[in-house]
Amino acid sequence: MKKEFTAVSLPTSLYREIEDAVRGTADPSVANYIAKVLRESLKKGGSTEEVFSPEDEEKVKDRLKALGYID
Amino acid sequence: MIQPHGGKLIDRVLKGAALDEAKKRAGTLPAVRLDAESTSDVENIATGVFSPLEGFLSRKDFRSVLDRMRLSNNLAWTIPVVLAVDKKTADGLSIGEDVALLNPAGEIAAILHLTEKYGYDKAETAQKVFGTVDAAHPGVAKIVNMPEVLLAGPIDLIRETPTPYQKYKLSPRETRRLFQEKGWTTVVGFQTRNTPHIGHEYVQKSALTLVDGLFINPVIGKKKKGDYRDEVILSSYEELIRNYYVPERTTMAILMMEMRYAGPREAIFHAVIRKNFGCSHIIIGRDHAGVGSYYAPFAAQEIFADFPDLEITPLFFRSFFYCKKCGSVVSDKICPHGKEHQIQFRGTEIRDLLLRGEYPPAELVRPEVAKIIMDEKNPFNE
Ligand SMILES: [Zn+2]
Repeated sequence: MKKEFTAVSLPTSLYREIEDAVRGTADPSVANYIAKVLRESLKKGGSTEEVFSPEDEEKVKDRLKALGYID
Repeated sequence: MIQPHGGKLIDRVLKGAALDEAKKRAGTLPAVRLDAESTSDVENIATGVFSPLEGFLSRKDFRSVLDRMRLSNNLAWTIPVVLAVDKKTADGLSIGEDVALLNPAGEIAAILHLTEKYGYDKAETAQKVFGTVDAAHPGVAKIVNMPEVLLAGPIDLIRETPTPYQKYKLSPRETRRLFQEKGWTTVVGFQTRNTPHIGHEYVQKSALTLVDGLFINPVIGKKKKGDYRDEVILSSYEELIRNYYVPERTTMAILMMEMRYAGPREAIFHAVIRKNFGCSHIIIGRDHAGVGSYYAPFAAQEIFADFPDLEITPLFFRSFFYCKKCGSVVSDKICPHGKEHQIQFRGTEIRDLLLRGEYPPAELVRPEVAKIIMDEKNPFNE
């Protein structure tokens, strides 16, 4: 499937700043940089815990208890 | 809590019906026997220690790691995690086929879904990873003796290989849960392959003043001759923690892994691993993961400038020493006094004293720790 894109407006000064920041890095694309930062930021806002089944979570907890790491 | 490297903790430990099926099937598959180090690699992949790796590196990722210190998806990765077999073994395996991976005891440890077989240039690999082709370097020596074909593909773990230190063997899922239960948001990881002296204690406690918890994470596994034996490292840390650390703020677990002695590249690798365990910070000292004089003293700190996207924060420590005038452990950053006031932490000198059954000065080593080491018949690797 082809990726779809949409345009977003940024202050030109900010755009230039990002341009300067990514120049000479492995990926000097401003758009890629912005997309990456936004993805990371969205990820951080969401749940930071991995989703495991409740039984798995219990198992982890039981082992930590058995070893005396938690009460 | 910090996200695992790549955003997701890898879990390739088979369970339930999938495990039963794999166990049955594995007996009918062609088998490759692993050494202890590769067996640890398999487990570290399966339990998420090496997230985002799901198996041994493909040729494309291997090239990318050598050339750019990143996986082909651009994620920081500095050490090739590969499985090498001799040509005859490789010729007997077909791409697309499943292969049983046996641990050193000959038990089935995992299944490899073979996606690729490829060769590699030993001199180039050594030069890029270790910065040298000198066979006196233990990492280079290993490559020189490594078989010539690399097998790639995802793995599924069937059986963990037990260690004598099960109590300290925690998976990233377990450490993350543990940090959460302790209410720690920020945790500093400390990598070690040594028994602790007061300089280490100073570094750990300095770092701990900035964060919620301290995660002491000794590397257990193949090391070089003259390094402290694993059980001595663990028992000396137990004694140090018991006598001098706040238990609610400290935890220790082992990392079953071979030291590569790749200096700067290994420092990044160590940071990624600690990030997967849930550490927000990692202590990087002078000549981290170095050996001999192959790396500049602070190369392992400077390399972090190339990885602004690492997410785990390195805490850099300079060389530290005891200053008689300051009356404490200090570094050149905080002590204005001259060399004549300094007592250096010289591993070899401390070792010689301990071997002679003499207590090192209390400014250098806690007497409780010294006693543990001296009570050992042979505290060092042969
Ligand atoms: Zn001083």
